[in-house]
Amino acid sequence: MKKLKAFWLSSEMRRKMKFQREADPQWAQQVAERPGCEELFSCLQCGTCSGTCPLSIYMDFGPRRIISLVREGFREEALRSETIWLCASCYSCAVHCPRQIHITDVMYSLKREAIQQKLYPKRFPIPVLAQEFYKMVRRYGRSSEFWLVFRMALRTNPFQLLTMAGTGWQLMRTGRLRLGQDRIEKVKELQSQMAGREVR
Amino acid sequence: MMAATYGYFPGCSLKGTGVAYEESLLTLFRLLDISLDELKDWNCCGATSYMSIDEVSAFGLSARNLGIAHEAGHRELVTPCSACYLVLRKTQDYAAKYPQIAKSMEASSAASLDSVTVRHPMELLYNDVGKERIKSKVVRKWKGGPVACYYGCQLVRPFAEADRAHDPTRMDELLKAVGVPTVEWALKTKCCGGSLTGTIHDVGVRLNYILLKEAARKGAKAIVTICPLCQYNLDAYQSEIRKETGEAFDMPVLYFTQILGWALGGDAKSLGLGRAISGCGSIKEWFPKHAQEVEAHV
Repeated sequence: MKKLKAFWLSSEMRRKMKFQREADPQWAQQVAERPGCEELFSCLQCGTCSGTCPLSIYMDFGPRRIISLVREGFREEALRSETIWLCASCYSCAVHCPRQIHITDVMYSLKREAIQQKLYPKRFPIPVLAQEFYKMVRRYGRSSEFWLVFRMALRTNPFQLLTMAGTGWQLMRTGRLRLGQDRIEKVKELQSQMAGREVR
Repeated sequence: MMAATYGYFPGCSLKGTGVAYEESLLTLFRLLDISLDELKDWNCCGATSYMSIDEVSAFGLSARNLGIAHEAGHRELVTPCSACYLVLRKTQDYAAKYPQIAKSMEASSAASLDSVTVRHPMELLYNDVGKERIKSKVVRKWKGGPVACYYGCQLVRPFAEADRAHDPTRMDELLKAVGVPTVEWALKTKCCGGSLTGTIHDVGVRLNYILLKEAARKGAKAIVTICPLCQYNLDAYQSEIRKETGEAFDMPVLYFTQILGWALGGDAKSLGLGRAISGCGSIKEWFPKHAQEVEAHV
């Protein structure tokens, strides 16, 4: 079948729809068992979430379609999307949802799985920032805005540091930029507690 | 209620870009005879990013902070940052709802989770101090124009205990009590984008442009916030917005604690009023540096 397809379809032509057998309904069930995702299957597809989301106009799917993709078990589409990373966790969808679905928590859950499975869009700054933030907090117990932005820029597009210099100067001038890395005293204690709690 | 003491969890932003929030909060609370006892060796709350990588240890971060508050004997913990407030509340909520999350916490911190009530200064001033008491302490008359109160997202959602989720009004009421006129506007809980200005910069800046434009359209001369990240986003990119769109807002973006603190007699320096990036002209005019007179005001 595959050879036949290659013969008469140019490499540009791709089927845009999934077949039912390619979906993974088991996965949808697993998602619905995670904390905060229980109401997944009660979604009405009304679209209130996408309507109220301040970022849906920039998303590749939007929250309503993400919920639909997850319910049908289109795992990779959901996990590879930019939508889940553009979610700024403002909880607007969650408080407006007529079925009280904790959409923000569904997004968080998908983000975590995308990170574990390494399915997040590479060089997309938001998951990179999240990872750098995570590493910084685990290492020092606190976050330092300057170093966080610096590390994220190095891993995505170092040239953006030039455009950030102006804002950095304004912050420095007003005494709002800390150049040192903030850290807690009992960082070892925190690390050992964190190690104990690590589940995944 | 005299000389009350609360535990105090500042969070990382209040030591960096939001330093004016901490300065004005401490000044205001001193003027109201409320003392804040900063938690010893507190750690980062994890904000929105940590939760995207690992959930259980994200709750562990908050559990440690609540544990420190509990050990110091605090029943109530004040946290001015909206993200810290949300994360602490969420940890308590999820530990109560999901036994598997509670189980992952250590026994000692699990016990301290419920014993500490997380408070936000806005709601604390409204409920514990009260508008009347604040009004009775006013010594300065407001010289600026009407302001738009901006509540942002994390404080009022999804727990909605600090105020109503859809139409919060407590900051407006507090400011009106000290004689500051406020405007009605529909975007008061629309998200500022949070860390998006650092990641997908154009998108983040556009969200803030929309907020500034709407506030200006409603006749506001300043925006007043309760969150360090909202303040930073609205304040730091106004010159960039001017270059992009040609619209000069030159709008001061203040913390509600700065305005209340000023009304109650705090001076410009101890309220961090010199740390603003935009609208410095208006700020200098409304809050003169050497406030010779603390005028008696009706």
